[in-house]
Amino acid sequence: MDYLQTLVNGIVLGTLYACLAVGFSLVWGVLNVINMLHGSLIIFGGYLTYFAWHSYGIHPLLALPAVSLLMFAIGYLTQLTMINRVVNQPVLTTLTLTFGLDLILYNFMTVYYTATPRRVTLDLGVVDLGGVVIPFDRLLGMALALILTGILYLMMKRSKIGRAIVAVRMDSAAAALMGIKVNSIYAITFGIGSLMAGATGAIFAMVYPVTTNLSGAYLGKAFVVCVVGGLGSVQGALVGGIVLGIIESFAGQFFGPQHALTVGFLLMLVLLVVRPTGLTGVKGYE
Amino acid sequence: MSRRTQYLLFALWVILLASTPLWASNYVVRLAVTIAMFTALTLSWNFIGGFTGYPSFSTAAFFGLGCYAGALSERAGVPMLLAWGIATLVVGAFAAALGAIILRLKGHYFAIGSIGVVEVVRLVISSWGSLTGGGDGLNLPLLAGGPNVVARIFLAVMLAIMIVTFLITVVVDRSRLGFGLRCIQQNEDAANMAGVNVTLYKVIAFTLSALFCGTIGAAYASWTGYIDPSDSFSILMSIKVPVMCLLGGPGTILGPVIGTAAFTLLEEVFWANFLDYNRAILGVVIVILIFFLPGGLLGLSYRDAMARIGGMFGRTKAAA
Repeated sequence: MDYLQTLVNGIVLGTLYACLAVGFSLVWGVLNVINMLHGSLIIFGGYLTYFAWHSYGIHPLLALPAVSLLMFAIGYLTQLTMINRVVNQPVLTTLTLTFGLDLILYNFMTVYYTATPRRVTLDLGVVDLGGVVIPFDRLLGMALALILTGILYLMMKRSKIGRAIVAVRMDSAAAALMGIKVNSIYAITFGIGSLMAGATGAIFAMVYPVTTNLSGAYLGKAFVVCVVGGLGSVQGALVGGIVLGIIESFAGQFFGPQHALTVGFLLMLVLLVVRPTGLTGVKGYE
Repeated sequence: MSRRTQYLLFALWVILLASTPLWASNYVVRLAVTIAMFTALTLSWNFIGGFTGYPSFSTAAFFGLGCYAGALSERAGVPMLLAWGIATLVVGAFAAALGAIILRLKGHYFAIGSIGVVEVVRLVISSWGSLTGGGDGLNLPLLAGGPNVVARIFLAVMLAIMIVTFLITVVVDRSRLGFGLRCIQQNEDAANMAGVNVTLYKVIAFTLSALFCGTIGAAYASWTGYIDPSDSFSILMSIKVPVMCLLGGPGTILGPVIGTAAFTLLEEVFWANFLDYNRAILGVVIVILIFFLPGGLLGLSYRDAMARIGGMFGRTKAAA
């Protein structure tokens, strides 16, 4: 019974990780940019949600769509005006640029919001499923995470923009010849990445404390999930997230919680060397 | 700039830094120690990041490991200088073994892997409390003589390490090794076909990039007398060092030296004047660097820079 509880905890955690990483994975896969800004964008989304709730009494579920759209706009403009200039340069350049942008955002958040942990407290109680206990806010977070990743998956598969993004991912030169505006697709992709980060932040604000100190940890999770699941696909992020969630949950149980993180990173390093396409082995959305 | 001019400028810079205790305040001496330390780190990174073109963000792992190897040896009763030597060898061996594994990765995967290494080493050190003191960190005996004397001693130490890394850079630059590394940077497959032992060369470059980070880490630990995991393995250092190198001009001999000097002095000004916003200003410096100085300060020409600034405001559409 105890193992079942650990497994369920891991799966719940894993869906949250998947939601956290899917935007990062998309940006990396399509733009070939390691977005160091991702962790701070999540925190930013979290703060917006928290203050909407704290100052104006807006329920996080209502704030979520608004925060997501705002983050889309921010991401779209960032990519269009800045990252597009260097998007074809080596990883050292793009990574350093996004890290510079991260320093700016991080600094302003620390000054304006201070690093005090804040959390939206909804007090929803727990759900008891035959001995397995899940806090209701986590269950809600998991459901939202699954809905969001599901929408993203459908958008990639069905919509015109989704197909254009996939085309750019497969071969940007050929996509340009087919009349796709590659720069604009890049901006939309980065916008979607930021949107997912913002939505993740809104969900996390209900489950975890919001503090700038966590931005690095979230970014690290995104790295691991991407490498474990495989790059640039929604299903890869989902598999990677759930695998990481379960492994961390069991590692925490057996070796103590302080080693759960180490196990995750070690798994990433091993997979990087042994199987760089990730567990799913999918290289696109085809 | 010819090589001879670069050697000459470096010699002048060393003399200037070494003479700071004679004409400047202790604050400036301390700044000189920091500059010498980061110059050595940047020159080290230049072997893998500049010459070979591999985006390594492992500097903090090597530095932190050096801190702990040195501190633990010293606490076990090993004399200070010997402890620094041990730290150097430990880090060198670690980098050689690690390089043989992760240098098979390229581009983004290598970058992520090298960041992952920093995290793994940091987490192992901070959770291995019985050996390393965990999050509480470790204390080391301070050198006798008060802060002024100690600062002078470590100025000499850091300058010595900086000079050694510079000399190795000069040797590598002129040797077959440097030529091979530049070939790898331009086209690894072609270099392999042309008979460069790619794997060996990359591992050598990676080890060189780590070796003196170990010495510096150990010396830093002795200097400050206290180390802890979050300070020793800061991801900020892993990024700062490449940024300094990019600022100066990667793959050159003097670039890392110029870049570190410019960056450290800028940072010092920001720390002094905008305490709350120093990170943000650092970010702005990075953004400006990426957009306006792609070849670093050494590759700078006035006309290029003006054309770039004009382009930024004139046409907003980047080339596809």
